[in-house]
Amino acid sequence: MHLETDVLVIGAGGAGMYAALEADRAGASVILADRSLIGRGGATVMAQMTVAVALGEQTPDHWEYHLADTLTAGRGLCDERLAAILCEDGPRRIREMDDWKVGWAREDGHIKQAQAPGHDRPRCVYVDFLSTGPAVSRTLRTQLNGVSGIRRIGDLAIVDIAVRDGEACGAVALHVPTGRIVTIAARSVVIATGGLTRLYRRNSASSNMGGDGYALALRAGAELIDMEFVQFFPIGHLAPRLVGMDPIMWDPFRYKLGGKLLNSEMQEFEEGYASADTRSDGNYVLTRDLATYAISKEVEAGRGSPAGGAYLSFQHIPEADIRRAFGPVVDRLAANGIDLARQPVEVAPIAHYHMGGIRVDDALQTKIAGLYACGEAVGGANGANRLSGNAITEALVFGARAGRHAALRASNGAVAWSAEAARPAVDLVNSATRRDAPNTAAMIVELQALMAEKAGPFRTDENLRIAADALARLTRDIGETPLSSADGFDPVLVDWLDLRNMLLVAQSVVLPALARTESRGAHQREDYPGLDDSWAVNQLVSLSDGRLELSRSAPVTGRGAA
Amino acid sequence: MKATLAIQRGSPGEASHTETLEVAFEPGQSVLDGLRVLRRDIDPSLAFRFSCINANACKECMMLIDGKVDYACTVRLKEGVTTLAPLPKKKLIRDLVTEIAPPDERLLPSS
Repeated sequence: MHLETDVLVIGAGGAGMYAALEADRAGASVILADRSLIGRGGATVMAQMTVAVALGEQTPDHWEYHLADTLTAGRGLCDERLAAILCEDGPRRIREMDDWKVGWAREDGHIKQAQAPGHDRPRCVYVDFLSTGPAVSRTLRTQLNGVSGIRRIGDLAIVDIAVRDGEACGAVALHVPTGRIVTIAARSVVIATGGLTRLYRRNSASSNMGGDGYALALRAGAELIDMEFVQFFPIGHLAPRLVGMDPIMWDPFRYKLGGKLLNSEMQEFEEGYASADTRSDGNYVLTRDLATYAISKEVEAGRGSPAGGAYLSFQHIPEADIRRAFGPVVDRLAANGIDLARQPVEVAPIAHYHMGGIRVDDALQTKIAGLYACGEAVGGANGANRLSGNAITEALVFGARAGRHAALRASNGAVAWSAEAARPAVDLVNSATRRDAPNTAAMIVELQALMAEKAGPFRTDENLRIAADALARLTRDIGETPLSSADGFDPVLVDWLDLRNMLLVAQSVVLPALARTESRGAHQREDYPGLDDSWAVNQLVSLSDGRLELSRSAPVTGRGAA
Repeated sequence: MKATLAIQRGSPGEASHTETLEVAFEPGQSVLDGLRVLRRDIDPSLAFRFSCINANACKECMMLIDGKVDYACTVRLKEGVTTLAPLPKKKLIRDLVTEIAPPDERLLPSS
C-alpha cells in the first residue's frame, strides 16, 4: 500500500499532534502516524502536573529568567538557541492551549503558577495535580478532530525513513494489525517519537518509547547529541504495588504537602546532600539529579527501604489536610491499600526523560534536509539536566515550530518519492521468518535490566564496558533477519523491530557515557566524580557504514530568531 | 502465589481455542503484569494491546476479564482461574486484540 502527503509526522503525543496542527495551518496536507492509538501513547498523556512557562501571571516574570534557570540546570551543555526558543515561545503556546480550553488552573482571576525545584519563582501552570498530561492530550485530540487536512493513522509502526540524494522523501511502515507494508511519500518528515525510557527496567513513560525516533534518525544519516544524559525521576513509586496510577504521581503531593524522604533509620537525608545546590527552596529541596544521587547513595550505604529505595512519608501531616489537598485521589490510594496518614510509601529513581536526542538547527531540521524532529526526540535544549516543567512546554513549542517549517519546505516543492530509497526497509520486513528462538520478549527484559544495572544514573568504566559487550552480543543474537510468529498483530515481529532500534539506541547511550570521564548533571561517573571543565562540550553520535561514531562539538551559544 | 489464566486465542476466520497458563505472582500485581510475564517466559506470540503499562492512561488494554469488560492494568491477579477474552463487540484482530481505534484513525476504513 502506498500513501502520499506533504508532511509525515511520526508519533502522536503532544509534540506530534501540535506539529500536525501547525503544518495544517500552514497549508500542508498531513499524515499523523502512531504505532499505537492517536494521542494516547507517548509521554504527554502521562504527565502529572507542571508546565513551566514565563507567563508572569502569578508573579512578574520574563522568559529570560526562565532561560537563565534552564541554562543553569543544563550545566553548561544547553544549545542556547533551542533553550531560548523553548522559553520565549512557551507563553504563546500555553495561551493558545488556554484558548483551546485546556483548563489551566486559575486563582483570583489569573492562571495559577506553582513553584518547582530549580525555578527562581512560581512558574509552572497545571490543570490538576495528576491530570495535566491527559488534559493536554485531550485538548490536542479535539483540535485534530476539527481539522480535515490531517489524516490520522494509528497502529502504524515506522520501520525506516526513506532518503534520496541526502534528502528525506518519506518512510516505510508496518501496519501492525494486518502485517502489511505501507510506503509513505512525503516532502517533509517530522520525528516526534519521544524519548528512550523503555530501555530501562523501571520507567515512567509508555512502553512505546523505546527510542525509535533516534534509531530512525541515525539510520537516515542524522546526528544525535548528548545521548549520555538520561534523566531519572528520583521518587518513582516502588512499593506497595500500585495499579491504575502513574509511578511519578508523588511529585504533586510533594509540591503541595512537602513530604519527607526518609532512609531505613527513618531519618531525613536530603539536607545532607543539598549543600551542593544553592538553588534549594527549603520546602522541596533537591533538583532531580541531586535527589536521585541522594536516594541511591542511601541505598548503597545500606540505609535503603525494604524494596530498595527510600521511604516517602506524609505521616506528619494531619489526615484532614491530606484529604483536603487530594480528595478522591486518597480513595484511589486506599483501593491500593495505601493510607498516607499511617504509613510511608517506598520510592526510588525511575527512568523519566531523555535530555539527549536528535541534533537539529533552529528550524528543528536535522542534517538531512527535509527531516525534522520535535519534542523529547530533540536533544540540546535541556543540556545535562532538564528542569521540572520544561518537557510539555518543549513538546508544544518544538512541535509547532517543526510543523511550520516542515510545511514551508513542502510548499517549496522539494523531493519526489523514490521506491528505490524505500527498498531496503521493505525487503527487511519481507524477509521476516518464523523461528522459535530467541524469545524476543525475554530479550527486551534482558536489555532493560542490563541498562538499569550497568548504564543507569551512576556509571563506571567497568560497568559501561560490560554493557557495551552485552549489547554487542544481543545485537548478534537477534541477527539480521526479522522474526515473526503470525500474519496480523504479530508481537514477535514488533519486538524484533523494536530490538533493532533499542539496541542501536542503547549503544548510542553507552558510547558517549564511556567517553565522558567526568560527572555532570544526569551523567554521574563513580570513577570520575565532579565536573571537569575540559568536558564542557557536547558529544555527537552518528552512524557510518553500520558503525557508531563519536565526535565532540562546542555548545551552541547565542539566540536564533523566535 | 499462582494465578491460572484461561486465555481465548485465535485469529479471525478460525475457531478460537482456550489456552490455560499458570503464572506466579505477588499480591497487588495486575493481570497485565501476568500477561507480560507469560510473553517473557512462555509464549512471545501471545497478542494483547497495551501502551502505558500502569497508569490507566492509554486505555488500550481493555478486554473481557472473567466475563466483564475491564482494563488488564487495573484488575489484580488472583489465585485460581481468571478467564481472559477479547472484547465481544469489537472486530477481532488476534488473541486478546480487537479493533478499538476510532474509524477515522485507521489505515483501512473496514479493517
